[in-house]
Amino acid sequence: MAPLLEIRGVSKFFGGLAAVVDVSFRIDRGEIVGLIGPNGAGKTTLFNVINGFYRPSKGEILFKGKRISGLKPHQICRLGIARTFQVVKPLQRMTVLDNVIASAFLRSSSKREAVEKAEEILRFTGLYEDKDMLSRGLPLGKRKRLEIARALATDPELLLLDESFAGLNPTEQNESIEIIKKIKERGITILIIEHHMKVIMSISDRVVVLNYGEKIAEGSPDEVGRNPLVIEAYLGEAISA
Amino acid sequence: MRKYQPYIMLLLLLLLPLFGLSTYMMHILILVIMWSVIGMAWNLLGGYCGQVSFGHAAFFGVGAYTAGILYFKTGISAWWGLPLSVVIVAAEALIIGFICLRLRGPFFALATLAMGEVLRVTAENLRGFTQGALGILIKERTWVEKTWYYYIIVLIAVGAFVLVKKIIESKLGYYFVAIREDQDAAESLGINTTLYKTIALTISAVLTGIAGAFYTNYMGYIDPEIVFALHDISIITIMVVMVGGVATYWGPVVGAVIMVLLAELIRSLPRIGTAHQTLFGILLILIIIFLPNGIVGDYPKIKRILGFRRRVGTTS
Amino acid sequence: MDAVQVEVLLQTLIAGILLGGLYALIGIGMTLIMGVMKIINLAHGELMMVAMYLAYWLFVLFNIDPYLSVFIAAPLMFFFGMAIQKYLINPVLKVESILPENQVILTVGIGMVLANLATILFTSDYRSVPVEYASDAWYLSDFWRDSPVELSLSVPWSISFLFAVVITVALWFFLTRTDTGKSIRATAQDMDAAVLMGVNVERMRLITFGLGAALVGAAGCLFIPIYYLYPALGGRFTLIAFVITILGGLGSTVGAIIGGLILGIFESLTATYVGMGWAPVGRFAIFIAALIFLPGGVASILRRQRLGK
Repeated sequence: MAPLLEIRGVSKFFGGLAAVVDVSFRIDRGEIVGLIGPNGAGKTTLFNVINGFYRPSKGEILFKGKRISGLKPHQICRLGIARTFQVVKPLQRMTVLDNVIASAFLRSSSKREAVEKAEEILRFTGLYEDKDMLSRGLPLGKRKRLEIARALATDPELLLLDESFAGLNPTEQNESIEIIKKIKERGITILIIEHHMKVIMSISDRVVVLNYGEKIAEGSPDEVGRNPLVIEAYLGEAISA
Repeated sequence: MRKYQPYIMLLLLLLLPLFGLSTYMMHILILVIMWSVIGMAWNLLGGYCGQVSFGHAAFFGVGAYTAGILYFKTGISAWWGLPLSVVIVAAEALIIGFICLRLRGPFFALATLAMGEVLRVTAENLRGFTQGALGILIKERTWVEKTWYYYIIVLIAVGAFVLVKKIIESKLGYYFVAIREDQDAAESLGINTTLYKTIALTISAVLTGIAGAFYTNYMGYIDPEIVFALHDISIITIMVVMVGGVATYWGPVVGAVIMVLLAELIRSLPRIGTAHQTLFGILLILIIIFLPNGIVGDYPKIKRILGFRRRVGTTS
Repeated sequence: MDAVQVEVLLQTLIAGILLGGLYALIGIGMTLIMGVMKIINLAHGELMMVAMYLAYWLFVLFNIDPYLSVFIAAPLMFFFGMAIQKYLINPVLKVESILPENQVILTVGIGMVLANLATILFTSDYRSVPVEYASDAWYLSDFWRDSPVELSLSVPWSISFLFAVVITVALWFFLTRTDTGKSIRATAQDMDAAVLMGVNVERMRLITFGLGAALVGAAGCLFIPIYYLYPALGGRFTLIAFVITILGGLGSTVGAIIGGLILGIFESLTATYVGMGWAPVGRFAIFIAALIFLPGGVASILRRQRLGK
């Protein structure tokens, strides 16, 4: 079977600067793949390329066997790839519920259906009690979760999570890990950028490591953890626990 | 009670002319309602979708000139300008949208401002088509009395109000607000931001254009300086919404009442009359600093300041 | 093309370049403010109008030459700009509102007040300053007897142009060689980084707005000997400044200079070959063309070439 997402030799240059260099890997259905690497390794840039904010300078991206590089972000989202942002972008002056309804409208123009869907997802992500709060009033942990809820409401097949754990306290982290596991049970494939090694190693089926824009390792969490290149890349950078 | 509010308003509006108001009062009422329509139109694009236009005169003027030129060139009643302006202004909005909507924030605002000015200068210079600065005079007025003009603009206003309300409560409305709050987030949630911004602009433009076509019929005279005016149309439009309340249903109506009455009041004062732009400018500055969400939007804040009621709950 | 046509074309180009130099000065002020504050100053032309009235009254009351009043009006405008920034714009930056464009609308309000006050104080009459050298000109035939074409160069236009060039060069030195100038550029490039580097951003904003006002004020004085003066001219020049800024690329000083020159030449060409009334349309045509075909302005071309090396 064709992989869900296939990244083929993707590079992204900004002027003369290479942010992503000739990266290739594939994601199969039902997997959780971790994308790690030191700061500035090009992880978020790669997300922006997958999700259509940037056009790859070289290479191509296939989703379910079809080329998606060059499409607009909203088209890519409609095809079934949703993302969250590292720097959360809640629709500030909308309530939590309205935030999710706005996403749910992607698959249904009926308001009743959109509301039902949104409420279901808020229960699923544990945000239901906060549904009438303005989203800018939420604490960071819940805003991060709102990002996930919003992405889920678009009914994705592939979910791109960009540092959904950064800045969370241990309790919130555990809650989020549970949510991600539940998302996997729903049959949604996940590509996750994460700095917390503990988190990434515990939930990922496979890990891809970027350094200076290049892929330096790929494999199971264990293999990658033992890879000398990876250890070297992380030397000097404090790995936040 | 709240549920019936619009119906009570409607009934009141329909009955008003029966009270035998003076011609001047009727004139003021018509102006207030016309400005409400323009305000609602602007609010849909600016308040809800977050695309602040400084050039709504471009749509008002084209609507007005559609009616005027139709009458002047073909002799057909200028009232046909109302339906015709829908088509023409929609086409205009698509073109302007194509050019301006690629810009964000203040740059969009200024590009639309430039569009308004382009059209004004064009209308002044295309003398063969628009009569230039001479303007167009509608010689045969439909009615001497104001009552029918009043009912027509009330009909337009009610239509606009219902349309805006329906839109805001639907998928379109959610998408508009999402675009206002964060374009990148909206785009990545599957919202075709270019398409929906264009839709918002087109609806807003068409409503404004209809108001313009009505203006031609009602006032009986237009020229480029009047209907494409930067300050007296585009900026006043923004003020109507800002004073009344950005992104609120009733804001444009409240704003129109205040702005029209204020304009009339200032004009009637001896000596101060020439300073009306200064006073408007100062009002604008004060509103932005102290009531950035307008009278309706900042109503809780006003109540609190005036001490009508103890603070009940928090708004944000 | 016969000699007359060549003459007309050359004369038009010269007029365009001279006008463009002054436009550049107006554009630089706007682009500086845009770069540092990320807001568009829609009272820019009105500030120029204020400076022009200053120069006008300095001439009428004290017989001070408009070129000398640059040295009086520009500093005064500097403080006037700082006051506007401090007491009007700064408070709004802190106000939470639905529309971020509030700041721009605020400057519209300021512009309205200034223009209207000028009308009340000075009436809407057109005025001009009767300097003796107003219609002096140099002729090419005076220098080169057998020249095949006859060109003239207006004395006040040339002096104004030279002033504009000198001010621009001085500004360039200020921005690249002084600490304050460097801090301003740092703030424009990356405000957060500038804060981390210890730049007093609040102060840079004040200085920048003052500087923008002073530049456009200087431009106003330079326009006095060659142009009329009336309260509503501010709106026109605000639009011109904005068009230049878009043409040049937002926040780019070099872009603003090139944009000013392009606009000046283009307007001069439209006025000669299409008709005076159409000059504003030409201005907007080039503006719209820039929006569609060159969204980043001239600056994006400059940048592309630098990276290409």
